[in-house]
Amino acid sequence: MSTDNQGPLWEVFIQTKPGAPFKHAGAVHAYDQEMAIENARDTYTRRHEGTSMWVVKSEDIVAVAPEEADAFFDPSDDKIYRHPTFYEIPEGVKHL
Amino acid sequence: MKKDLYNFAIRMGDTSWILSHRLCELCSFGPFLEEDLAMTNVGLDHIGQAEEWLNYACELSDEDVDADFLAYRRKEKEYRNVQLVEYPNDDFAYVITRQFYLDVYNYLLYTKLTQSKDATFAAIAQKSLKEVKYHLRHSSNWMVRLGDGTEESHERVQNAVDDLWFYTGDLFVMPESEQNLAKEGIIPNLADLEADWEKMVLEVFEKAGINKPSYEVLASGSFDGQHTEYLGFMLCEMQYLPNKYQDAKW
Repeated sequence: MSTDNQGPLWEVFIQTKPGAPFKHAGAVHAYDQEMAIENARDTYTRRHEGTSMWVVKSEDIVAVAPEEADAFFDPSDDKIYRHPTFYEIPEGVKHL
Repeated sequence: MKKDLYNFAIRMGDTSWILSHRLCELCSFGPFLEEDLAMTNVGLDHIGQAEEWLNYACELSDEDVDADFLAYRRKEKEYRNVQLVEYPNDDFAYVITRQFYLDVYNYLLYTKLTQSKDATFAAIAQKSLKEVKYHLRHSSNWMVRLGDGTEESHERVQNAVDDLWFYTGDLFVMPESEQNLAKEGIIPNLADLEADWEKMVLEVFEKAGINKPSYEVLASGSFDGQHTEYLGFMLCEMQYLPNKYQDAKW
């Protein structure tokens, strides 16, 4: 069987518990939305990994091109005042 | 009554057990990786269901046997699985159609069994129903995808639908054991499931553009130990190791 008839690629994001952020888990091949979510379930959530799941066509994801990475990310390197590191965090504050 | 419960537990357990073997044969032979995982997942679910039914059958048996004995050491005529699940994996369309016919049946049957007067039957049904719902979703979607897909996929799934239709009558036969249980409210009247089964199947056929086969179905004998010619070959393979090494342990 040739390798180019497996349908487009879909990215899979899994939420491990209600309220938690969705994390990228990997990718699957599928021909349509139904099949994508089923394949994602069978590939990535067989051992209680998730409570919810998103799939999105890989081609629909807008990404930063590697050659643009400098322009996107480097300018923040020398501006430490953008980080809230000068504040004292009150005791008892979690998830910060 | 105990014998009737045993017979039905065996019927359910054997059906899942034989189907699981057919699905496990597909491991690493799926049309592509994700579907390979999906089919073997369904197979594993059926091994789990078979284990529950066969364990209960052991409790109901007058003989001192365990589930492994029932799975691996009986003779062909002692198996009570429905004939449909013996059909080989000729083609992916056959795999999906076989699954679809049984998933609709299991969905209806397990839904009714959750109300069983036998607590163990009801508990097994409750647990299995979640799995069955997913199996049905998976196989129904594939029926539509294949039926409404390319000319070739349509032709292949229509062939599978026509060929396997023959074995569906067997699902609704009510031998004496099953009649006794139905009278006691332990299982539903299987014959009554047929109208709902056909309705659900035809709804998917319509979405898929698949034609209903026009011939009468075969309604005979799996409960009596009558099987297709395929089961003997399956058992040869499944029982090879226990037959060769009588004392083999897991």
